[in-house]
Amino acid sequence: MSGNTLDPYADRYAQRTRGMTASEIRALFAVANRPEVVSLAGGMPYTTALPLDAVGAMMGQLVAHNGSAALQYGSGQGDPRLREQICEVMALEGISGSPDDVVVTVGSQQGLDIVSRVFLDPGDVVLAEGPSYVGALGTFAAAQAEVVHLPMDSDGLVPAVLEETLDRLTAAGRRAKFLYTVPNFHNPAGVTLALARRPEIVTMAERHDLLVLEDNPYGLLGFDGEALPALRSLSDSRVIYLGSFSKTFAPGLRVGWVLAPHAVREKLVLVSESQVLCPPTFNQLAVTEYLQTQPWMEQVKVFRELYRERRDAMLDALSSLMPAGCTWTHPHGGFYVWLTLPEGIDAKVMQPRAVHARVAYVPGIGFYADGSGRRDMRLSYCYPEPNRIREGIRRLAGVVEEELDLCATFLPGAWSGTPRRTATSADAPAPDLT
Amino acid sequence: MSERGGPQREPGATTALRPEERGPDRQQEREQRERGGPQREPGATTALRPEAAANGPASGRGRAGGGVPPARTASAMRSGRTQPSEDISVVVLAGGLDLERDVSLRSGRRVSDALRMTRVQARLLDADGALLARLVDDRPDAVFVALHGKAGEDGALRTVLELLDVPYVGTSATACRVAWDKPSAKAAVRAAGLATPDWVALPHSTFRELGAVAVLDRIVARLGAPLMVKPAQGGSALGAQQIQDADELPAAMVSCFSYGETVLIEPFVAGVEVAVTVVDVGSGPQALPAVEIVPFSGVFDYASRYTAGMTTYHTPARLPAAAAAEVAEVAVRAHTVLGLRDLSRTDAIVTPDGAIEFLEVNVAPGMTETSLLPMAVEAAGLDLGEVCLTMLRRAAARRRATTLD
Repeated sequence: MSGNTLDPYADRYAQRTRGMTASEIRALFAVANRPEVVSLAGGMPYTTALPLDAVGAMMGQLVAHNGSAALQYGSGQGDPRLREQICEVMALEGISGSPDDVVVTVGSQQGLDIVSRVFLDPGDVVLAEGPSYVGALGTFAAAQAEVVHLPMDSDGLVPAVLEETLDRLTAAGRRAKFLYTVPNFHNPAGVTLALARRPEIVTMAERHDLLVLEDNPYGLLGFDGEALPALRSLSDSRVIYLGSFSKTFAPGLRVGWVLAPHAVREKLVLVSESQVLCPPTFNQLAVTEYLQTQPWMEQVKVFRELYRERRDAMLDALSSLMPAGCTWTHPHGGFYVWLTLPEGIDAKVMQPRAVHARVAYVPGIGFYADGSGRRDMRLSYCYPEPNRIREGIRRLAGVVEEELDLCATFLPGAWSGTPRRTATSADAPAPDLT
Repeated sequence: MSERGGPQREPGATTALRPEERGPDRQQEREQRERGGPQREPGATTALRPEAAANGPASGRGRAGGGVPPARTASAMRSGRTQPSEDISVVVLAGGLDLERDVSLRSGRRVSDALRMTRVQARLLDADGALLARLVDDRPDAVFVALHGKAGEDGALRTVLELLDVPYVGTSATACRVAWDKPSAKAAVRAAGLATPDWVALPHSTFRELGAVAVLDRIVARLGAPLMVKPAQGGSALGAQQIQDADELPAAMVSCFSYGETVLIEPFVAGVEVAVTVVDVGSGPQALPAVEIVPFSGVFDYASRYTAGMTTYHTPARLPAAAAAEVAEVAVRAHTVLGLRDLSRTDAIVTPDGAIEFLEVNVAPGMTETSLLPMAVEAAGLDLGEVCLTMLRRAAARRRATTLD
């Protein structure tokens, strides 16, 4: 009798599904959504702070007064009025773009996907920060691209590292299809590309004929004054820009966009139509109404203050509680702190102990395509209340102490373990993790 | 993760533990009819799920005291779903805060789905602060424990069920305490004459106090290599590692101690890996056909267990008749020696020279789409829902005999 693999379709799958396996890391996140656990793992915006009554009334009006259009198919490129408003939003970060060059997408995740489909063949090289946004890595993996990571410092991407990498690729007869970068309040690293480096990066891209994919979901969530100029504000032709209403308004509406040069934009629209026909009309009109009738920038300020308070709670707790040898970034906006453990400790290995201690984080390995990040973890402060953040850090500090004790017993020298596997897209939590 | 994520979790995966709050699922009814399942009179559209009424606040206690329908025999189970709506109120416990929460939620859904096909509308409850009130306010006739990991298998939660005088399917709290702890279970089955790989089980403190190098050296001198390193307690292969060389041992120990206080080290035994389900539906413990496990990666780890397509399962195992009979006997012996009840799953290796090495036993075996017990049940020609229902009836019937411990 021949055996059963429980998967009769196995010989039909595309190559890109390799690595789409059950993940122990992901399974552990199942516990993180329980109230007993302080989850510093998710990345959910704090939608409770939205003026829900007003938004509800607004959506009711939308259906009552414009329902036949709101519930109808729309343009594949996206609602024209919304594309105009998107240009106004981008102007806040110094971008001048034409509504004709905006493609509305189902969250900027779909933007990432259509850009990848337009540019990437299997085996192509994509440059990305190390660490990099896990959702982008998943998209590049599905496109069967090879990701080359560029280590950052506290000022973000390092121009010299970029230059050296580009030279090395050229010497090897290879060419990066694009550089993927999150310049503001990086997910997961929490750092921001320094103002002075921005023109340097763009100039270097010009010199090396490098395309830049700028992903900027957090740009308006800075805690210190004015938004920094986007890379796209420094070059119209060299930069493809991804934006989103998920952090400024509502992630559940899944409304994002791509701003791309004309030639690229035409292809993006065709690819998007083949994926989704058109972005959800109702959700686009809801965003349009929200921008037009609600004090949306005031609400962004509410979010900034709320996240700033939580950031402060996390940084204060980290400095008073974490054992010596831990280091972490100091974000000036956004959702995340990137923490590096003392030499010898592996954040993935430590994760079950943390779950026992009722605190959750995301091991750093998920933010690299090459198995790096074993000493690192991402901590998010966007969702838990400040007192819960303090409690979570207290628990985490205890877990690290125990792990240090354990490593002192068994690994008195340097870390001797070798990565047994590289991360897969399933090594990060699902989007609905708190 | 931010709004852009990996594969979307199944809707409701995190909140699905309140099916009792869901409305009638007409789609399910329709599918059931199409599959030739139990059917009400034509046009009886308002009679959807009359059995759901059995879960109402007024049920439970009165009926449980009034006697329980007799357990059905194996032959009745094979005959299919012949009875009208079932007059038993059932709770399936799943979730919990253990590392195996995700697996448990899937097991729980699978069991309640299987029960629904037998016309039992089970309530799926999580092991949280609301559980006791729910069990007391609306007493079930019996509980199916689909909780994996510590709470579900170490006996603690079962002790509480016994305190509440709520009968449950499966092994008693007392017996769980031994069976759940791998070193204790191995000692018990070895004392009864079964073969099990030699082992050493120690807590972190021993290594810290006596020096890890010295202790590990003695362990390697005794057990050799390759070795299996696993948490002394826990399932789903979480934390289990196969190491080829003694050099890998320190890192494996660090990794394993993250899962629990005590680590079990035993020689890796090469051979055919089998899982043998034992069920008792009224005529004593019986072994179902052994499932042979052949992971493509060579290691039956978490990914191999829960990703369809990563492991080939042969049911029954490709063993000579004598070996198959012996494996079945080992599983029944282990079940009996450890005082297990209703169901268990024994994991064992059949070595190339035909010896059977007992590895461990599971008192709350996985019930997911890729789990071994449901495969064995199917291979035996039984229906999972009927088997579960029979065990639930038996549990309800022995309520009066349950004692605290």
